[in-house]
Amino acid sequence: MAELLSSLDWSPLWISLKTGIVATVICFFLGVFTAWKVMNINAKAKAVIDGILTLPMVLPPTVAGFFLLLIFSRRRPLGMFLWDNFNIKVIQSWMGCVVAASVIAFPLMYRNARAAFELVDRDLINAGRTLGMSEYDIFRRVMLPCASPGILSGAVLTFARALGEYGATSMLAGNIPGKTATISQRIAMVMMDQDYITAGIWVLIVVAIAFVLMLLMSRISAKK
Amino acid sequence: MAIEVNIKKKFESFTLDVSFREDSKRIGILGASGSGKSMTLRSIAGIVKPDSGMISLNGHTLYDSARHVNIKPQMRNAGYLFQNYALFPNMTVEENIAAGLRGSLAYNYPVVQRMIKKFSLQGLEKRLPGQLSGGQQQRVAIARIMAYAPDVILLDEPFSALDIYLKDKMQVELMSMLDDYDGTVIMVSHSRDEIYRFSERLLIIDEGKVTNHGLTKDIFASPGTKSAAMLTGCKNFSKVEVMDSHRVNALDWGIQLRFEKEVPAGTHYIGYRAHHFLPVWGDRPENAVRFSLYSRAELQFETNYYVKPEKPDFSMECLISWFVQRDVAKDIRENGMPDYLQFREDDVLFLR
Repeated sequence: MAELLSSLDWSPLWISLKTGIVATVICFFLGVFTAWKVMNINAKAKAVIDGILTLPMVLPPTVAGFFLLLIFSRRRPLGMFLWDNFNIKVIQSWMGCVVAASVIAFPLMYRNARAAFELVDRDLINAGRTLGMSEYDIFRRVMLPCASPGILSGAVLTFARALGEYGATSMLAGNIPGKTATISQRIAMVMMDQDYITAGIWVLIVVAIAFVLMLLMSRISAKK
Repeated sequence: MAIEVNIKKKFESFTLDVSFREDSKRIGILGASGSGKSMTLRSIAGIVKPDSGMISLNGHTLYDSARHVNIKPQMRNAGYLFQNYALFPNMTVEENIAAGLRGSLAYNYPVVQRMIKKFSLQGLEKRLPGQLSGGQQQRVAIARIMAYAPDVILLDEPFSALDIYLKDKMQVELMSMLDDYDGTVIMVSHSRDEIYRFSERLLIIDEGKVTNHGLTKDIFASPGTKSAAMLTGCKNFSKVEVMDSHRVNALDWGIQLRFEKEVPAGTHYIGYRAHHFLPVWGDRPENAVRFSLYSRAELQFETNYYVKPEKPDFSMECLISWFVQRDVAKDIRENGMPDYLQFREDDVLFLR
């Protein structure tokens, strides 16, 4: 067993963790900011925007992967632009892991932040307004602190989802050992060789991480 | 100093259409829940936008749909006391008081200290709102408004979140806190006691419209309409048939009433407050009703009798409520129930 562990290629763990963390950070800022902005628009537009922003959560990840491939292909405008100007390659690269994980996990962050903001008493916001606080001040000093438990548990869920992303990642970033091979992709790959032992080790690691995250979640919601 | 409001706003169940101009510095707005009184207050503060109309305060236009003016609530300088006080739960008492002030807490320390002292919040500076009693929360909320030095203070049902004991205490306290405030104060409430105690001038809003506007005392003395009379606490109403200029037939009570003064044109109801009946033993006096006892409820300081007027077709709507205080209670103990309840002409409310 010790031999097996020492000969194991640990790179998927680091790739997954790195991807998860970066994607969570991106989703956190983008999700919280979008949720705040969407709160103040009219009900009809809100429903449409809500639908669009939630789409990645309800679509099969492979469908999201298909769209991402279309968008970031180096033969298309955005992919071409990124490559020509910034030397950024999304397809078949670690950047692709991050993009895929971010897109798939974003709705979790957005929806949790939205729900947390909606729960903040409207009269707290109104009180801030009648006291002359700017909208940004109200956001920073009232809404964020009041909504923080909901936002944090949203962030934990986002991290968990980003960490395990498989479908869109395999299409966009591929499964390049040491570069884009995440834990989920490694499990799928070794299972094709009937390597239950290696798959089992990775499964145990994933379960352990998931357990720690859920523990964290209940700690956060207990604070509410 | 004047406030002028002339606004319309459509809601699902009713349309708010409120228009008034008022120079008094202590204005009360009385209305049932859902009458639109809070919406009026929120429109003045700018946290609700009317569909059309105008609002101006001391000559400044706050809202004018015709000229596309809608000053942000941040710029209206209107302090708003919310029903649940809306203290920021994540901020301490002193942070809450300083919330509306520019600059850091340290910079605003003198103002905050003055408010802490003025509203006797010493020792509570570092507490969070959740660690305060209802009365303390209200004091913090008012301190926060006062620190902001608003041109107008809007009180939205300020006592509805307090229990009865605190309510009385806080009513007195709020009045004295507002004593040295020089600006306009508008208080919205469904409680006639609060409004009567507080306001010099009064508006009654019913189903989105102003039905009465004038001196508080005058409106309580002659509310004019049945709904306004109910809001001012009148409990007994009877539909009337006007016989001639001095006599009416009170249908629900089965009696005729004769008045020295003329019955106002358009009188459809008369109202009579439960405290104002004169009990009479012996012969039938003028303007009195013979009755039988229906029920009796002993209250702490008075007794509430419900009596059935003597008439052929009795229904529950005809029940008369009569409040008896200590002195009369003694008469009743000695002489038994009176034979008649007499209406005093000066206390009769003529209602449309």
